[in-house]
Amino acid sequence: MAHEHRGDDTTDTPSGVALRDQALECLLVEKGLGDPTALDVRVGRGDVRVGPRNGAHVVARAWTDPDYLERLRTDATAAITELDYTGRQGEHMVVVENGPKVHNLVVCTLCSCYPWPVLGLPPAWYKSSPYRSRAVIDPRGVLAEFGTELDDDVEVKVWDSTSEVRFLVLPERPAGTDGWTEEQLIPLISRNSMIGVEKARPVPETAA
Amino acid sequence: MNGPHDMGGMQAYGAINPEPEATEPLFHEPWERKALALTLACGALGKWSIDEARSVRESLEPALYTSSSYYQKWFEALSRQIVDKGLVTADELETATASPTPDATSHRVLTADAVDKVYSRGGPTNIDLDNAAIYRIGDRVRARNMNPVGHTRIPRYVRGHVGEVVLWHGGHVFADDSAIGIRRGEHLYTVKFMARDLWGPEAPAGDSVMVDLWEPYLEAP
Repeated sequence: MAHEHRGDDTTDTPSGVALRDQALECLLVEKGLGDPTALDVRVGRGDVRVGPRNGAHVVARAWTDPDYLERLRTDATAAITELDYTGRQGEHMVVVENGPKVHNLVVCTLCSCYPWPVLGLPPAWYKSSPYRSRAVIDPRGVLAEFGTELDDDVEVKVWDSTSEVRFLVLPERPAGTDGWTEEQLIPLISRNSMIGVEKARPVPETAA
Repeated sequence: MNGPHDMGGMQAYGAINPEPEATEPLFHEPWERKALALTLACGALGKWSIDEARSVRESLEPALYTSSSYYQKWFEALSRQIVDKGLVTADELETATASPTPDATSHRVLTADAVDKVYSRGGPTNIDLDNAAIYRIGDRVRARNMNPVGHTRIPRYVRGHVGEVVLWHGGHVFADDSAIGIRRGEHLYTVKFMARDLWGPEAPAGDSVMVDLWEPYLEAP
C-alpha cells in the first residue's frame, strides 16, 4: 500500500494514468473542447488553497457578533455570502453548532460533497473509503482517530451530505478567549474543526 | 444503484490514518491536479449534470472503484463520459489523436477569463414548486425500501428506517432524474435517524445521523 499513510484507498499510482491524463488534455485542446489556460487558472485559484481561512472567518465572526450568528442560523447561505464566500459547492449552506452537549460531524458517504467556498478542496482522508464508510456507523471511533474524545453524555450528530446542501460545523469557542478579536480567533479554527472531526484549538499557553 | 460507492456503514476499510492538516499537500501527484482541472473544464461544457457525472463514477466496476484512488475514479469516469456524450470517439481517446474530420459543433468552452465568474456563481439547485410539501418539520417519516437501478441519493443504510424531519429545504433538483438529463424539482428534507434505529442497541442512545432525502424517497411511517 504505497499510499496507506495518506488516508486514501489507492493501492498504487498506475504509471499509465499520468500519461493518459496528459494525453486527454492535449486531445481536448486539439478538438476545441478545452482551454489549457483556463485549466491552470482554475486549480491555481487562491480559494482552493486558502479555503479553510474563509470558513474560519465565518466562524470567528459568529463567535464575536451575535447578530451575525443569528443570521447564520436563519439563513447560512445569505450570511456567508455577506462575507463574499460564494460559488460552486457552496450554493446551499447550513451551519450546525457544537455545544457542551452536542458535537456535529460532516461526511459524504456516497461521494465527496464538501463546501468548497468555505473549506477549499476536501482532504484525501475525507474522500477515503474508511472515513466515508465509518463516519455514520462509528462516529466516536472516527473522532478518536483524530484525537477527539467526547463524554458519553455528549450527543453526536452526523450529517451525511446526500443532496446539494453543504454543512459547515460551528465549533465551540475555546475557553479563555473572552474579548478576543476575529483576527486573534482565526488561528484557533482548524479546517478539521469545521468538518467536525476535531474541536477548535485551545488557547496556546503563551497567549493565555 | 446499489453500487460500490454506497459505503455508509461498511466496516472493512480499516483505519483512516489522516495526514496532519498542517502538512498535507493539496494534491499528491501532479496528474491529480490535472484530473480535477479536466473534470471541471469538461463539466463546464454543459453536456451533463453533476448527477450524471456521479452516476458514471458510481457505475465503475466495483473492483475498479474500490481499488482506485479518488482522482483515478474521476479520470476513469470522465474518459467514459466524454465518449458516451460523443465529445470524442473511443478511437480518438485510444490514440490520443483528434480525428481529421473537423467537429462542426460549437462548444461552450470555459475560458480563463470566465473561470472566476463561473465558479463564484456556482449552480444553485433550488427550484420553485407548485405543489406543497407533504411533510412538516417534526413529522415522522420512513425512508422507502427502494432499489432503483439508476442513480439515487438514498443511501442503503437508511432504507426502511423511520426518522424525523428536522429541516425542509424547499424544492431542489431531484438527483435521480437529473442523472438521466431531466431537470425537475422535488421537496427536499433533512431527516434525523437515531443511531440505535439504524445500527441496533449497541449504538450510543443519543447519537443520530442526518440524511438529506427528497420527497419521493419518503413515505408515512
